[in-house]
Amino acid sequence: MTAPDTVTAQAAALARGDCSSVELTQRALDRIASMQSLNAFITVDTEGALAQAREADAARVRGTAGPLAGIPIAHKDVLMTAGLRTTCGSRMLADFVSPYDAHVVGLLKRAGTVLVGKTNMDEFAMGSSNENSHFGPVRNPWNRSLVPGGSSGGSAAAVAAGIVAGATGTDTGGSIRQPASFTGITGLKPTYGLCSRYGLVAFASSLDTPGVFAHSAHDCALLLTAMAGHDERDSTSLSHAQEDYARDIDASPSDAHKPLAGVRIGLPREYFASGVESEVAGVVDQALGTMRSLGATLVEIGLPTVRHSVPAYYVIAPAEASSNLSRFDGVRYGYRARDYRDLDDMYRRTRAEAFGEEVKRRILVGTYVLSHGYYDAYYLKAQQVRRLIADDFRRAFAEVDFIAGPVAPTPAFAIGDRRDDPVQMYLGDIFTIAANLTGIPALSLPAGFTRDGRPVGLQLQASYLRESALLAAAHRFQQATDWHARRPDLARVAGA
Amino acid sequence: MSWEVVIGIETHAQLSTASKIFSGASTAFGAPPNTQASAVDIALPGTLPVLNRGAVERAIRFGLAVGATINRRSVFARKNYFYPDLPKGYQISQYETPVVLGGGIDIVSPTRGPIRVRLTRAHLEEDAGKSLHEDFHGMTGIDLNRAGTPLLEIVSEPDLRSADEAVAYAKTLHGLVRWIGICDGNMQEGSFRCDANVSVRRPGEPLGTRCEIKNLNSFRFLERAIAFEVRRQIDLIEDGGRVVQQTRLYDPDRDETRAMRSKEDAHDYRYFPDPDLPPLAIDDAWIERVEASMPELPEAMKARFVTEYAIPAHDALMLTQSRDMAAYFEEAVRAFGGEAKLVANWMLGELAAWLNREDVHIGEAAVGPRQLGALLTRIADGTISSKAAKQVFDELWREHPRGHPVLRAEGAQFSVAGEDATPSVDRIIERHGLRQVSDEAAIGKLVDDAIAANAAIVAEVRAGKEKAFNALVGKVMAASRGKANPAQVNALLRAKLGAPS
Repeated sequence: MTAPDTVTAQAAALARGDCSSVELTQRALDRIASMQSLNAFITVDTEGALAQAREADAARVRGTAGPLAGIPIAHKDVLMTAGLRTTCGSRMLADFVSPYDAHVVGLLKRAGTVLVGKTNMDEFAMGSSNENSHFGPVRNPWNRSLVPGGSSGGSAAAVAAGIVAGATGTDTGGSIRQPASFTGITGLKPTYGLCSRYGLVAFASSLDTPGVFAHSAHDCALLLTAMAGHDERDSTSLSHAQEDYARDIDASPSDAHKPLAGVRIGLPREYFASGVESEVAGVVDQALGTMRSLGATLVEIGLPTVRHSVPAYYVIAPAEASSNLSRFDGVRYGYRARDYRDLDDMYRRTRAEAFGEEVKRRILVGTYVLSHGYYDAYYLKAQQVRRLIADDFRRAFAEVDFIAGPVAPTPAFAIGDRRDDPVQMYLGDIFTIAANLTGIPALSLPAGFTRDGRPVGLQLQASYLRESALLAAAHRFQQATDWHARRPDLARVAGA
Repeated sequence: MSWEVVIGIETHAQLSTASKIFSGASTAFGAPPNTQASAVDIALPGTLPVLNRGAVERAIRFGLAVGATINRRSVFARKNYFYPDLPKGYQISQYETPVVLGGGIDIVSPTRGPIRVRLTRAHLEEDAGKSLHEDFHGMTGIDLNRAGTPLLEIVSEPDLRSADEAVAYAKTLHGLVRWIGICDGNMQEGSFRCDANVSVRRPGEPLGTRCEIKNLNSFRFLERAIAFEVRRQIDLIEDGGRVVQQTRLYDPDRDETRAMRSKEDAHDYRYFPDPDLPPLAIDDAWIERVEASMPELPEAMKARFVTEYAIPAHDALMLTQSRDMAAYFEEAVRAFGGEAKLVANWMLGELAAWLNREDVHIGEAAVGPRQLGALLTRIADGTISSKAAKQVFDELWREHPRGHPVLRAEGAQFSVAGEDATPSVDRIIERHGLRQVSDEAAIGKLVDDAIAANAAIVAEVRAGKEKAFNALVGKVMAASRGKANPAQVNALLRAKLGAPS
């Protein structure tokens, strides 16, 4: 019997007693070891994971097991984990051991999950390819010469490679959805404020959103149920009644033939106009055809301001980042330059030596746009654009339940391809950024492959706090398709 | 031609919350370094600020006390700069929309009389930590206990025209923030510190270039620093120079101000709204709740004292210098039941002298208001003379060991710890035999003895010399060793000598 590799299947197997958490955890640890070439993990906690697994098995015997008890997961290394190194993919925090758990880490721990390790990422979550990590690039399990996407590339690769069934990520401009698309898995960016940011090392505070990766929408629903909830330590955390997303999916009535009957899906003209690679467009069209065949009504809509989302984002995100990353000054923790003349020199060298190129670029851009005399022209203008985009989406959601389209203009590209062209890299975020600027939930679900076997995702966006409906729609699609059940040839991954 | 001095004051008042403005750490002063710094205060990665509503409440109190507008929506902004004792690399403050807008403070100018100093604004912000340069050879220590302490920065308009007015303003403001209970006003500990913006101009001309003198933590330093700065600027201009906009520091040892940084190398703070904190919303209900809890303000209380207690305006002003002072007065009047003016005299006389001598605050006075009331009752009922009462007061004060206050100020109420007021007063009267002799027969005998023993003086009295009469009273008092009731002695002598009364 093959071991279960989804959250839903593992939970069922553990509940039936078909396997133990120690077995699942040992298997995850073995796969980390055999797939080291993916470079998906920065830190592996073998001892801790096995101890947690034993505890989960004991809890199950005692009858006190949480809903996700014993299921091995991984956290993006931007989330604080008590007693475990949290590096943010940076030399700055290469040896930083967190004294506390991020809120979502604590919640998943309480639900019984077993943390096997911390996943690789673009430094401070800045990047779309996972090439900006101090710990080296992550490779795509479908093809090791390709990027897995970013910035949560390690988590995406770990799930796609079957190391863990679920992993956390964070999404500031597409950092969950784009790698999910590139690695053929499901990735959910919830509504801003649904999951606490406490313990998530800030990149752009008004955009950063903790979320999840798994194979299916149903798995994402299980993880989100454990992660969501108000946190008084995060002033932007919403006071939203606790939901059980997986139970809602299971309980929602649906017509077997037309499970999406009555669902209206908006297709923004702007998403399909141009600039999308034809194979990606083809996969998306086919997926939308499936949606229609499941009963959904497809409606063309307009989001005229969405074309301004990339410039607005690349003002707001760096502005916030330039301030958020000021605390990394070498004074209290983290890296400090060895030799320096005076205080200013210490700051300069510390930050010059410990931050990578992309982080420096964004700090410079952010510092510039907030500077006296430029604030109004850049930051303020970008915030105005942000409001206009939100208005566009609000109008659209008065007419449709979901907005669908591609996740990214291209499938996974080769490692090194875009390294020297940051603007080209930024433009790849065109379809994902608006959900962050507006705060709405969005997910990427596997929708097909290019002829050369690269996964392509479909993006579904919904209005605020409509995660339940969003996950249910994705689940209906996945009941009718098997793209999410496809797995890379892992022998090829492990080999070479 | 004369010069006009123009001064505006920015005051940082540390708000008296138990915990910090954005974290749960304690704000108590004097703890060992870095023992009151939480994960938020040291800016660990991933930590977030959560606003302390107690700080907001105090800002609202201030706004109401100065007749300002309370902004229903205000915004926290980040002020970005690098400094080792600024853990996040930015200070959370308020920039474009502060919580309190406008208002004013009434002061008495030594030269211009009563004036109203307009306030520009007051905003909430967090304090930074402290850099300790002395304790570590060749290195700087960082103490983050103070980081995140809530401050209300109160900004005045440039309405002040002299160092004396600046001090009057600062003192009035200092009294007010303590009065409304938002700041302990402890200047040594830095709970109340002023920055002075000083410029000079010829009367009628536009404002001159200003210099800002930072961190003045005593009224004397404020006065000295401004006086020096005014002199420096006038000398500079009269010598054909020009004032350069600068931030300056006052050096109390040399009694001078020195340039810290000029406008050219001023920071670009890159203010922007803090995305970690939603705009601060204050609804009418919150303001009404705060309003209902506001104490009577000093101006109103002063007016009430004049009408209710029939005391002179000057006494009322002195007795409303602090809430503790006013509470002491009202408590003593209640305990006494007699003329309030007598209470005022004793407080502004004996009590004030002792407080001064011992350098203690009225809340730590060794003689409580009920004891004073009991003491004055003993004067009024003829048990002791005023002179003896002073001795009793001194004894009462000395009985209590220094540094061990017997009185606690709880809100506006004083309570006497230990024995009750009246027994403590009577005990001292008895112990020192200070009770007046009011026995008609006993005094009569003393008077007769004095008349018999001082024939010469008696003759002078009979000749109408008032001075001689007083001498005779003195003789009787001396014979009673000061205990005879002087009024009785007086009356009896007059009766027996047939002197006109």
